[in-house]
Amino acid sequence: MPNEPMIQIRDLHKRFDHIHAVRGVSLDVYPAEVVVIIGPSGSGKSTLLRCINRLETPDSGTVIVDGFPVTDPRTDINKVRAEVGMVFQLFNLFPHLTALENVVLAQRVVRKRSKEEAEAMAMEQLTKVGIPEKAHAYPGQLSGGQQQRVAIARALAMQPKIMMFDEPTSALDPEMIKEVLDVMLELASEGMTMLVVSHEMGFVKAAAKRLVFIDEGQIIEETTPEQLFTNPQHERTRLFLSKILY
Amino acid sequence: MLIPWGRVPWWAVIIAVLGIFVGYSVLNSEAYLKVIRFVMEGVKLTLQTTVLAFALALVLGLMGGLGRVSKNPILYAIATLYVEVIRGLPMLVIILYVGFVIGPWVRDATGGAFDPPLLQRAIMGLGFGYGAYLTEVYRAGIQSIHRGQMEAARSLGMTYFQSMRYIILPQAFRVILPPLVNDLSALLKDSSLIAVIALPDLLQMGRLYISRTFRAFEGYNTVALLYLIMTLALSSLSRVLERRMKIAE
Repeated sequence: MPNEPMIQIRDLHKRFDHIHAVRGVSLDVYPAEVVVIIGPSGSGKSTLLRCINRLETPDSGTVIVDGFPVTDPRTDINKVRAEVGMVFQLFNLFPHLTALENVVLAQRVVRKRSKEEAEAMAMEQLTKVGIPEKAHAYPGQLSGGQQQRVAIARALAMQPKIMMFDEPTSALDPEMIKEVLDVMLELASEGMTMLVVSHEMGFVKAAAKRLVFIDEGQIIEETTPEQLFTNPQHERTRLFLSKILY
Repeated sequence: MLIPWGRVPWWAVIIAVLGIFVGYSVLNSEAYLKVIRFVMEGVKLTLQTTVLAFALALVLGLMGGLGRVSKNPILYAIATLYVEVIRGLPMLVIILYVGFVIGPWVRDATGGAFDPPLLQRAIMGLGFGYGAYLTEVYRAGIQSIHRGQMEAARSLGMTYFQSMRYIILPQAFRVILPPLVNDLSALLKDSSLIAVIALPDLLQMGRLYISRTFRAFEGYNTVALLYLIMTLALSSLSRVLERRMKIAE
């Protein structure tokens, strides 16, 4: 059913010791949709993302991913996580494994694929992100952009239904941002369901179907890129945009 | 050619020169050769005890370390209790306690079915004691790995234990290799405590020789020299491992 959301979030709350990081967020992401979350630092964007695959346990509210109730403690979270690829700001590649081994490991351990099958898939994904020649290099021998592309390949090799990106270009040198965004754009054009935390307005304009502006743990505005840039509805959105666009 | 005098490892040069001198004198002295022949059986037992006790300590330390970083309050409590209690006891007391309190108690409790000899009890005591030290080494190693590593592994769908096995522990192991060798060296030295319960290790054989011949000078010189040879071998191993790891990074 095309109208069934891939991710369904209802009234989500997450508190840390003294911080109420996410305050009653509700959001749907539909299949093949690219949704970008923007907002000031510390506004709860990353926490929201991390609640979706339960890297953080929400305090209340529900998250349903591909029909699995993530917020139900009886759900086998590892099954859900295998369907939700995640790309981190700091790449988090496994430094003791080569690029190829990084992409192979979870396929073998989680998907139970054979060595040949997993390596073939890994090479396919490394080729897709444009660095098959670095398959036998260790993360320490790769540039930031290359590391992030391996991290994307690692997530894609699991053949996830959803890809989540948590500020994937924030830790990169400027000349490496484009190579990562190009990979993300290609994914978007192939119809991958994507939830992206990023302030790369180039990517937003080119790929985002919907834009969500979050501040102080709440969704302030949910709109299309055109709407947001030409006619933001809220004062806070306008203020934020005036700070990041120049 | 210019020699960087300040960077010459003088301590190693001194050991090497002394080693050649001492080795030469000892091997040319019938008095020393007699002691060495007599205590050689003891060296074997010392090495055997050290290896077995360390193997036990490695296993206990791994389990303890996993308990110390566990979110499960019961596992955490057991591991912490183990570390705090054992670290608070002198190694000699642990060996005597396992040898003469726990050992007999286990024998009586099992109706004599399980009655390990004194040597095995001593090895268990040493292993149990060092397991507590290694627990803290493992814990520090595990905690030294950036938490993003665990998050990345978990977000791929790996279980906690798969993530530990394939991602965290291999990286932690590299970090803790030098301190592990360090503790192995300390365990080798502490294994001399089992001489107190009359087990014929290197120290005990040396004491035996001295009590028969009254040659305390040659006897203790030999014992000290043999311990030193073994620990120096271990610390140079540690050096090699550390250098290798630097290259691997």
